[in-house]
Amino acid sequence: MSSLTDAPESPVTHRKIPDRLDNPLRSALLSWETLLLLVAVVIFIVNSFASPYFLNAWSLSDLTFNFTEKALIALAMALLIIAGEIDLSVASIIALASTLMGLAVQSGADTPTLVAIGIGTGLACGAFNGVLVTGLKLPSIVVTIGTMSLFRGLSFIILGDGVFKGYPKDFGFFGQGYVFWVISFELALFLVAAVIYWFVLHRTNFGRRIFAIGNNETAARFSGVRVAQVKFVLFCLTGLMSGIAAVLLTSRLGSTRPAIAQGWELEAITMVVLGGVSILGGAGSIIGVVIAAFIMGLVTFGLGLLNVPGIVMSIFIGLLLIVVIALPIVYRMARK
Amino acid sequence: MLEVATPAEPGPILAETKPLLTLKGISKRFPGVRALHDVSLSLYPGQVTALIGENGAGKSTLVKILTGIYQPDEGEIAVKGVPVHLGSAHAAFGAGITAIHQETVLFDELSVAENVFLGHAPRTRFKTIDWSKMRREARQVLNDMGASHIDPNHRLKDLSIANKHLVGVARAMSIDADVVIMDEPTAALSYKEIEDLFVLIELLKEDGKAVLFISHKFDEIYRIADRYTVFRDGELVGSGLLKETDQNAIIKMMVGRSVDHIFPKREAQIGAPLLEVSGLSHPTEFDDISFTLRAGEILGFYGLVGAGRSEVMQALFGITKPSAGSISLAGASIAPASPADAVNAGIVYVPEERGKQGVVIGMPIFKNVSLPSLKRTSQSGVLRLREEFALARTYTERLDLRASSLSQDVGTLSGGNQQKVVIAKWLATSPKVIILDEPTKGIDIGSKAAVHEFMGELVAEGLSVIMVSSELPEILGMSDRVVVMREGRIVATHDNTELSAETLVRTAAGIAEEQQR
Repeated sequence: MSSLTDAPESPVTHRKIPDRLDNPLRSALLSWETLLLLVAVVIFIVNSFASPYFLNAWSLSDLTFNFTEKALIALAMALLIIAGEIDLSVASIIALASTLMGLAVQSGADTPTLVAIGIGTGLACGAFNGVLVTGLKLPSIVVTIGTMSLFRGLSFIILGDGVFKGYPKDFGFFGQGYVFWVISFELALFLVAAVIYWFVLHRTNFGRRIFAIGNNETAARFSGVRVAQVKFVLFCLTGLMSGIAAVLLTSRLGSTRPAIAQGWELEAITMVVLGGVSILGGAGSIIGVVIAAFIMGLVTFGLGLLNVPGIVMSIFIGLLLIVVIALPIVYRMARK
Repeated sequence: MLEVATPAEPGPILAETKPLLTLKGISKRFPGVRALHDVSLSLYPGQVTALIGENGAGKSTLVKILTGIYQPDEGEIAVKGVPVHLGSAHAAFGAGITAIHQETVLFDELSVAENVFLGHAPRTRFKTIDWSKMRREARQVLNDMGASHIDPNHRLKDLSIANKHLVGVARAMSIDADVVIMDEPTAALSYKEIEDLFVLIELLKEDGKAVLFISHKFDEIYRIADRYTVFRDGELVGSGLLKETDQNAIIKMMVGRSVDHIFPKREAQIGAPLLEVSGLSHPTEFDDISFTLRAGEILGFYGLVGAGRSEVMQALFGITKPSAGSISLAGASIAPASPADAVNAGIVYVPEERGKQGVVIGMPIFKNVSLPSLKRTSQSGVLRLREEFALARTYTERLDLRASSLSQDVGTLSGGNQQKVVIAKWLATSPKVIILDEPTKGIDIGSKAAVHEFMGELVAEGLSVIMVSSELPEILGMSDRVVVMREGRIVATHDNTELSAETLVRTAAGIAEEQQR
């Protein structure tokens, strides 16, 4: 902000333009993320009054299992939505990846092989989506509705009504292990991934190009951004994160059924949108998505403590999705 | 300044004919631009009035006012002597004004009959649409026009552009419109189709309708119109009966204005050939384009809208893929497959569609400027904001950008200042060739002058500029040489010495020199 010390007007040379006018601290305080944080705190307090079992390190640790796997996907999904695309096939990628891991277990694969299969399947599915969207220039919502059916359909064909079990003992660590005290492997992985995604989105050229594409794809292309390349990488990343989530979930459940992770795409997208990412693309932050993930976990856990049945939970998720998408639009209409 | 023809008073010959539509003192301003100033105009029943003017002269603004899309800031509109307020497209329709555009604004997915009767379909007793009556009447209207080959049941999208125009005319006939506006209706038509359209216009004339005919093609104007009205810079500079004037007089009215004083004199050393384009072709947009751009040169590209100039430029910039031909830059052959390739090679493009293609409206100025230069401002892919701000400041201040801060969203700037951001963005990449496509279209006079002055500075520094422009003064004032394109081909390349606006207009429109009427 050294420029603020520059002389504001001089008649001979060109006029000076300051870097910025508003105080970054002030705009941070007025941001959506701050509001989300307040909401998270309120829900936390309500929860602690609602149940005597809530305020306990192990309860809180259990709570994080409600969202870490979905939130890992949400991190990549956030980048994709900011770039103006979407991936509805993430839950089906989990199903397919988990099924292929289960198949490998039947022929005696060891843990490293299973992890490689899970992550590899995710990456391959993401690349497949990416090729269809960027290569054939198809709208991603249509492509991924298609692959959503395709990937889960494949896993149904392989599994039928059956179930894959018998995962190796050490495979259980990813979904059930702890790295330090109450910090689970899943939570630790999510936090590390969140930092990486934050850095990529907000501190690198790649992240800047994502925002530019989401704001105006044509202008970004006309500015020399290789739009297709960026989008392809984003679909691969989303597939990769789904593969990782598949490893974690399969490890946590210790089994694979064809209906695994059903409906997770909506929860991941809800996290992203609740986190302040514009569904129209071009705006959003990783911090918002991380807070939104915690909020979703807190709410799910809180309702669970109150013995609210699962079907009500999905009603809640649906309503939440509509409200957070409608909110900015209503706000804009009100301002006019 | 040139002598201006007698203004809008109806001539004595036609004093007894009452005008159908009268405009009095119409003015329309947009931020920073005066689109129409004190325009008065009358349209007479059974007559075709040709509206003539350069691009940006205010023709389309007038059409939009007459069709209720824009509201004039000042002035009155009267139909048959009764003042009307054209507050919406519906109101204009109700007042008996209809327009046929160069690209029809009809509905592709609806049937011909539905298009003809949209908004005034015949109803049954129960207020539902009387489909059989509608089809019958559509058939009738089309037959009356001699367009019996069009089936009212066909969907519009299955029709050729010429036939779509016919449907537009049928619509005008069916609503019994008094005033029919035709905005470059022949732009996409073949010779035969144009002839058919003219037959129809004759029919409209016999029917006592007033036709406003907008075209750049003089042969058509002389063929079909009775009166002319010439616009220049949003003002009416002449009107009257066509038979009382000649083509030269009209061309002079169109272009006549002093050119020299706004354009900076510059002393650039024109050097060796830098960009050589040879035989560049595209299946539909352009054919056999060959030209040479020399170092330190401003090469103007003139032509009518749709002549293929932008498409050629976008091929150089890697957006349109040419089907044949070669491009070489500083002796090395290049084939840019994307804008990124072109930028790396040193060719940059300031597009005509500034808001859609030039700037990312929702992003701050500094991020727009640094976008193509991120490799240089960053360190191993990690952003360095300080470098970005420094880069943005260097180039925006040099262009005298008016902004409160570099973090301001580009969308909040005026058109002229947005254009400066686009140019700053490209200068920051240190290009060899900068292509400016209609660089001053829709921007205010002050920014125009700044952009022109800057072009002079650029070539003085050894950059080469290609400037696509439909504005004659700009082409004449800035270019070292002028390439004229018509219908996808280069028809002439002129040295800009003693080059006259008249010559350019003639070559662009395909009128032979010395042709008199």
